[in-house]
Amino acid sequence: MAPRELLKVSNLDAHYGDFQALFGVSLSVAAGQVVAVIGANGAGKSTLLRSIAGLMPARPDAIVFDGAPIGDTPAYRVVARGVAVVPEGRRLFPSLSVEENLLVGGQLGRPGPWTLQRVYDLFPVLAERRNQPAPSLSGGQQQMVAIGRALMSNPKLLLCDEISLGLAPIVVRDIYARLPAIVAEGLSLVIVEQDIVQALHAASHVYCLQEGRVALSGAAGSLTRQAISAAYFGM
Amino acid sequence: MMEWLNIILQGVLVGGLYAMFAAGLSLIFGVMRLVNIAHGDLIVLAAYVALVVTTGLGINPLVSLLVVVPLMALIGYALQRGILNQTLGPDLLPPLLVTFGLSVIIQNGLLELFTADSRKLQAGAIEVSSINLGGGLAIGTLPLIQFIVAIAVIAALQLIFYRTALGRAFRATSDEPAVAQLVGLDNRHVFALAMALSLAVVAIAGVFLAVRANFDPAIGPARLIFGFEAVIMGGLGSMWGTLAGGIILGVAQAIGAQIDPGWQLLAGHIAFLIVLAIRPEGLFPKVQG
Repeated sequence: MAPRELLKVSNLDAHYGDFQALFGVSLSVAAGQVVAVIGANGAGKSTLLRSIAGLMPARPDAIVFDGAPIGDTPAYRVVARGVAVVPEGRRLFPSLSVEENLLVGGQLGRPGPWTLQRVYDLFPVLAERRNQPAPSLSGGQQQMVAIGRALMSNPKLLLCDEISLGLAPIVVRDIYARLPAIVAEGLSLVIVEQDIVQALHAASHVYCLQEGRVALSGAAGSLTRQAISAAYFGM
Repeated sequence: MMEWLNIILQGVLVGGLYAMFAAGLSLIFGVMRLVNIAHGDLIVLAAYVALVVTTGLGINPLVSLLVVVPLMALIGYALQRGILNQTLGPDLLPPLLVTFGLSVIIQNGLLELFTADSRKLQAGAIEVSSINLGGGLAIGTLPLIQFIVAIAVIAALQLIFYRTALGRAFRATSDEPAVAQLVGLDNRHVFALAMALSLAVVAIAGVFLAVRANFDPAIGPARLIFGFEAVIMGGLGSMWGTLAGGIILGVAQAIGAQIDPGWQLLAGHIAFLIVLAIRPEGLFPKVQG
């Protein structure tokens, strides 16, 4: 039996004023699956995540999560249903300490495996810095806080927006090395990336966006480099 | 010498009241970058609510706080959800204009309902009792209570802001409103809770104002100015700084009034300008982490 479908995006459009950013994007994520969304700058990757997270209005049935249409559900209710976001550029709360950032992430009190202690077990360095202001951490550590903050809401689906952005390759590898432990807790993952190598390595299924449309999709192993670069650059 | 010490002491005690005017203002600006022009008029509104409650129920003004504080908090929540949330955005001007309009509406509404006559809340014997400190120094019981309450209010706000989940929500929403939604915080609700807390403080300030001196519907804007001056002198975002700002304003006014009764307000404004000239960021600006 095929795994249960957790997220289904069908024929999604998105607009910023007069500018249309997404044209009929469809995507599907099964429970426990890791899906990568790749594409160049401005391809619509972040817009897709913002739409799923409820920060952009959409047709109610364009986004179905866990059997319920959430296209027009505001972001703070989407979290309560079990969708968490690691936003692009980390976007920690600068006036909060590391621990407060994590606690605010868990303030809805959704039950599940992730607690303050579990996050500290996953990223031990954060436990040492728990009382420091979030902006005093290195970029990689801040990214760990951002991931921890999202996990604290015990999501069924975690959306990661450009977690490699602005980080040294060794730090990126380190953070990607922790993802399997996160997925092992039974959640699904959508990774939005420009770093194709990391994305293909971590995901089982890949969607490539180009100018707001899905240009290519398939199992990560089945796509050739030529096909990807063609879809990526539109050549 | 003793005379001056006495004056400064009275100024310090009044400063507590100014700090309460300022605390609610500072809280709202800190959480949602909203400059509430109607703040002074809401203080006066609270005084009138207390007037109705004390005369209606025949209770002491200090006891009436049990009714006035929750009532004003409720008004604050409704005001924010119903009107002010719609004005918030990248532009600072709409909330400024709307609260200015609110100020006019409150003043005229109170004028219609209660006329322009001066009113005062009667707190009974406590109003004239005082504690003798010896050497000709004496402090009124009521000003002392008012000062202690002011310190308690500031300490409570500080505690709420830095030690509770509500305070975390306030700070997180203030830092990154969009991301706050992504962790499940409804900005509109968080802002409304902040306004409710602000008006709870306003209610306390209003009752003490009304017990201490006469009030009428037109005195709100001057209380707003006192509040502003205390906030700016103390440094934006610092609750204890706000208390210091209020005390400086109170002492300056007391000294000015001693030199010449006409100089009371002027001396306060001059102290404000001096602080602004020397330390434009205020005396205790919030330390950014």
